[in-house]
Amino acid sequence: MKKYIIMIKLILPVLAVLLSVAAYYGLEDSGKQKTTEHPYYVYLLLIVLALYLLFAIVSIFVKKIRERLVYKAPLAAGTIAFIMFLNTIITKTTLLPTLYFPSLDRIIGLLYEQRLFLLENVLSSLGLLITGFAWGASIGFLTGLALGYNKKVGYWLNPVTKIIGPIPTTAWIPLALSVFPTTHAANVFLIAFAVWFPVTLMTSSGIQSTSQVHFEVSSTLGASTLYKIIHVAIPSAMPSIFLGIFYGTVSSFATLMAVEMNGNSSGIGWYINWQKQVMMYDGVYAGLIIIAILCSLILTLLFKVRDRVLVWQKGVIKW
Amino acid sequence: MVGQISIRNVRKEFANQDVSKESIVALNDFSLDIEPGSFISLIGPSGCGKSTLLRLIGGLDTPSSGEIILDGKKILKPGSDRGFAFQGSNLFPWLTVEKNIAFGLKARHIYKSTKKDVQDFIDLIGLNGFEKAYPHQLSGGMNQRASLARALVGHPKVLLLDEPLGALDAFTRMNLQDEILEIWKKHNMTMIMVTHDVDEAIYMSDKVVVMSARPSKVEAVIDIDLPRPRARAQDTFQLYRSKILDILNLGGDIEDIEYNI
Repeated sequence: MKKYIIMIKLILPVLAVLLSVAAYYGLEDSGKQKTTEHPYYVYLLLIVLALYLLFAIVSIFVKKIRERLVYKAPLAAGTIAFIMFLNTIITKTTLLPTLYFPSLDRIIGLLYEQRLFLLENVLSSLGLLITGFAWGASIGFLTGLALGYNKKVGYWLNPVTKIIGPIPTTAWIPLALSVFPTTHAANVFLIAFAVWFPVTLMTSSGIQSTSQVHFEVSSTLGASTLYKIIHVAIPSAMPSIFLGIFYGTVSSFATLMAVEMNGNSSGIGWYINWQKQVMMYDGVYAGLIIIAILCSLILTLLFKVRDRVLVWQKGVIKW
Repeated sequence: MVGQISIRNVRKEFANQDVSKESIVALNDFSLDIEPGSFISLIGPSGCGKSTLLRLIGGLDTPSSGEIILDGKKILKPGSDRGFAFQGSNLFPWLTVEKNIAFGLKARHIYKSTKKDVQDFIDLIGLNGFEKAYPHQLSGGMNQRASLARALVGHPKVLLLDEPLGALDAFTRMNLQDEILEIWKKHNMTMIMVTHDVDEAIYMSDKVVVMSARPSKVEAVIDIDLPRPRARAQDTFQLYRSKILDILNLGGDIEDIEYNI
């Protein structure tokens, strides 16, 4: 690529930051937004700029980072410009109702000022999610294995799975809350349930579609039944199992929010609901931002694990 | 010498998918004796039960009646004394070449003492440098080589080959034919190969067993009395070919050929 095009691409994010700062100070505020103690939005912009420049310096020496930086620079610039556009409409005009559309200063400020309280809630959500997920995924894997490998188990259990599995998790909430001794136990059950069904389904179908020839090959090589299950059926079903875990994870996010908004007293879902009830929409946005980052990180982690485990086959779902 | 096989009056029926119809008889009253250490090819019309016979010897299916005896013992189930190279390569896609080849040794818990064999067979089939490659990264020929190594590494008494080279291009095929013969010479096992290719059968075998259409019987057993290594372009080679094609009724309308073999 021509040098000057690369230079223009690289300079775009810097321009976007400068433009944002200029808009922030240059245009007159509508005066409807509550003001904050500090210009948090500008701070964030400056942090972003500093990080960008740091990467730019590193990229002089590392080719891989340079290529990535050049590739991503226009996207970064576009994102910064888009956020500037939104914030300008929110703070400099009266087009949108101030109550539902707080300024970025307020949202970022809240994320900063309440960071410890938010962190507590994030940890509470994560704890619940991980416990529920672990139960759901392991029970789902075992049920799927039994259903997929053993025809008799399949005969008796398949109808049960087919009837109970598709029930939306949220429909269980009232019952779970009254049957389980603690709210926490009910929540774990509900999340586990959300993960269990897709994992069971995909594990069982993965095991069932194991190539008959692979089983026969391993028989002729002297493998026992247990060895065949562990070393042929399960690895062969792995892509499908991961798909199940992926669906399960996505549905566990939804369930997590639903249970936290229903009768919980901690967690990010609860926080969002609480902030809404007290008409603090900056808190609602802050919560949404945290959830977006959290869920995205979890899925990224999941796909990283998958790429490790499934090096032998690539690209089922791109993330 | 081990690897002696007697097939005695074997009949194999398969239940028809359509229950109202009669079952399909793949083999009927099939008898054949195979000498230890010999190379046998099974050839015959499509659907004549060649692969069925191979699966019965492999123990993957059991005969409806009759029996197959290997070194005095009736074959009831698959065992590591019989290697099986399947149609296509069928390597485990989630294992590297090395681990594919080691699969049987690990399954039988003898890997520790036989580790060296894995590398020996990788050398033998010329896959050095590809030990850590996954099957999808290899060519069809390489896959087939690795698959052969996997069947051979446990030192079976009998190697069953189900159209092992069917999916390969002509050159790879001829190379692999020679390699299989090398391995056979070196390890001295009984080889039973199903093939569609008359030339391949003549080039490789001591005996070619021509099977009739379903329900299949032995139509003829032809001793290939040619010195090894064989030349594919020999005159006598052509005569064997016409003879086999004639038995299979594929010889065309050439009348009264005198066979002097």
